[in-house]
Amino acid sequence: MFRKIAISAVSALSLMTGAALASEGAVHIEDIPFSFEGPFGTYDEHQLQRGLQVFTEVCSACHGLKFVPIRTLSDEGGPHLPADQVRAYAKQFTVTDKETGEDREGLPTDNFPKNTSIGAPDLSLMAKARAGFHGPYGLGINQLIHGIGGPEYIVSLLHSYTGETKDEAGNTFYENPTFSTGWIRMPPPLSDGQVTFADGAPNDIKHMSEDVAAFLMWTAEPKLMGRKDTGFKAVLFLIVLSSLLYLTNKRLWASVKGPKKHQA
Amino acid sequence: MAGIPHDHYEPKPGFQTWLHDRLPIVGIAYGTLMIPTPKNLNWMWIWGIVLAFCLGLQIVTGIVLAMHYTPQVDMAFASVEHIMRDVNGGYMLRYLHANGASLFFLAVYLHIFRGLYYGSYKAPREVTWIIGMLIYLAMMATGFMGYVLPWGQMSFWGATVITGLFGAIPGVGPSIQEWLLGGPAVDNATLNRFFSLHYLLPFVIAALVALHIWAFHTTGNNNPTGVEVRRTSKEDAEKDTLPFWPYFVIKDLFALAVVLVIFFTVVGFMPNFLGHPDNYIEANPLSTPAHIVPEWYFLPFYAILRAFTADVWVVQLVHFLSFGIIDAKFFGVLAMFGAIAVMALVPWLDTSSVRSGRFRPKFKAWFYLLCIDFVVLMWVGAMPTDGIYPYISLIAATYWFAYFLVIMPLLGVLEKPLPQPATIEEDFKSHYAEPAE
Repeated sequence: MFRKIAISAVSALSLMTGAALASEGAVHIEDIPFSFEGPFGTYDEHQLQRGLQVFTEVCSACHGLKFVPIRTLSDEGGPHLPADQVRAYAKQFTVTDKETGEDREGLPTDNFPKNTSIGAPDLSLMAKARAGFHGPYGLGINQLIHGIGGPEYIVSLLHSYTGETKDEAGNTFYENPTFSTGWIRMPPPLSDGQVTFADGAPNDIKHMSEDVAAFLMWTAEPKLMGRKDTGFKAVLFLIVLSSLLYLTNKRLWASVKGPKKHQA
Repeated sequence: MAGIPHDHYEPKPGFQTWLHDRLPIVGIAYGTLMIPTPKNLNWMWIWGIVLAFCLGLQIVTGIVLAMHYTPQVDMAFASVEHIMRDVNGGYMLRYLHANGASLFFLAVYLHIFRGLYYGSYKAPREVTWIIGMLIYLAMMATGFMGYVLPWGQMSFWGATVITGLFGAIPGVGPSIQEWLLGGPAVDNATLNRFFSLHYLLPFVIAALVALHIWAFHTTGNNNPTGVEVRRTSKEDAEKDTLPFWPYFVIKDLFALAVVLVIFFTVVGFMPNFLGHPDNYIEANPLSTPAHIVPEWYFLPFYAILRAFTADVWVVQLVHFLSFGIIDAKFFGVLAMFGAIAVMALVPWLDTSSVRSGRFRPKFKAWFYLLCIDFVVLMWVGAMPTDGIYPYISLIAATYWFAYFLVIMPLLGVLEKPLPQPATIEEDFKSHYAEPAE
């Protein structure tokens, strides 16, 4: 009887896995082969610089990056801006000094400002706070190659506007199937050619949103390259160590344990 | 220590004897390290060393993280970001600690199911088993409170849901909940006490681990045959065993290194694999996430908690018989704790005279079903509570209880076990040829 129950449980399980997958298909978030994905992926500093420009000229009108210190813009493995550019960048902000309580020009040691618009979320960690996909079969193992799809979610959100709007309680909502409720208060932020890149990179919505998504992945995980580097060294070391321990173990046991007999 | 006859530490004249007469610490270390260990232990006996490593890893990384973390509701989330961005190697410390918890639970589940299959809980190892269960409970409390500390959305709402369970206790529940939280809701007081206890409990676990090891060093290890080591003489015992050092130390270290290859792959290349994206959003008491999901290692018991809803007849019957004191919510809480309690009681629920599942043909099938059941519970615990999921969790939760409360007692009576080897040596020789030298 219990076996029957279990068999029905297992078959129900396999059926439901299929059903769950089918229902997830409402919004499909396309994977984008970003340079920083996969075990050996690295940030492309030119892409991060373009993303910073999109953020500064467009997103920062409402959104903040309160956890990100401005000085990290000069980090290697990040946008890698020269120190004088970072100082110039920081100057555009007015900061209330914590010690004197007076307003002053921003310094590289300050963080990016907080949100300036009510309801606009801080973007420091947005690329890790959204998961675009969790495959295969909901197991999430493809993270190893494709990441969790946070930047892909951001790209998808930025160009999924349908053009429909509705007014509710004095607010305008814009239809966007990528957003959890399908209607978002953020007006479509990007338009083709809105930002002009110094390096002449394409500035259509698709490329700009990819650049800003890459930049936001960096703000969310600035030490990604250091982490992968450490991980690689650790794995390499442990593979060598386990090989040596395997041989030690084999030799040690050789005197007490012969080869395995074939079972009759 | 009593138990299997073996050589003891003999202090040499001079300083060794001088110290040994005053504090026999070298003798205890020697006895612990050289303990006769059944020579037929298989690869499922390596999880103990993995667990010991995990405890060490969590304590070391945790102590350093605590140097940079701020347990205050307005600063906790930012201090974690400070660790991730500004502290040297902080991102590795935090990802090692977060994923270390997952490795800890993965290893403990494999360790527990190893024990369930080979009957490691059976006499005379009941005390080892009970201490192990206490360690597991302390681990769950530590893991839960640790998950609250980053003060993300899942931290906050997970804490709200889990402490809410205590509120379901009739009468005193709300008072207990308020006492646990240090106020009417999850807030700064909760965060502070969770930080304090999260720091304390690992040392309680370390003490329990010492007792756990002491207990099974007194009874001797179980082994895949379930047949006891001969204690008739030192010579007989030596035919069944090998000293822990170097044979099992090297074997365990090899296994640990292989496990760590996988662990560091996850930490290095997919560190958020087992985390929830919502926990990168700072806690907001005014915004409830769409799905509140506990960490993966709590999912099987979370599924049991949610399985017993008010429309299940057992729940209705208990509700009626208890004059309405036990409602569906409290029933769920009792079921969740009961699921662990029945596991802890298995030494007395298993009536079989045979220890190892290797010689119990019917038991094997039920045991494998229990393993599948555990995975099903883990999966369904992460699913929403509509559609077919409540039925699956109810069936799976029922099997969990049926296994321990019905199947284990009956099998011992109904099952005809296979013949067991007389000694470990006999079993070992039937599997392996004589060594070449």
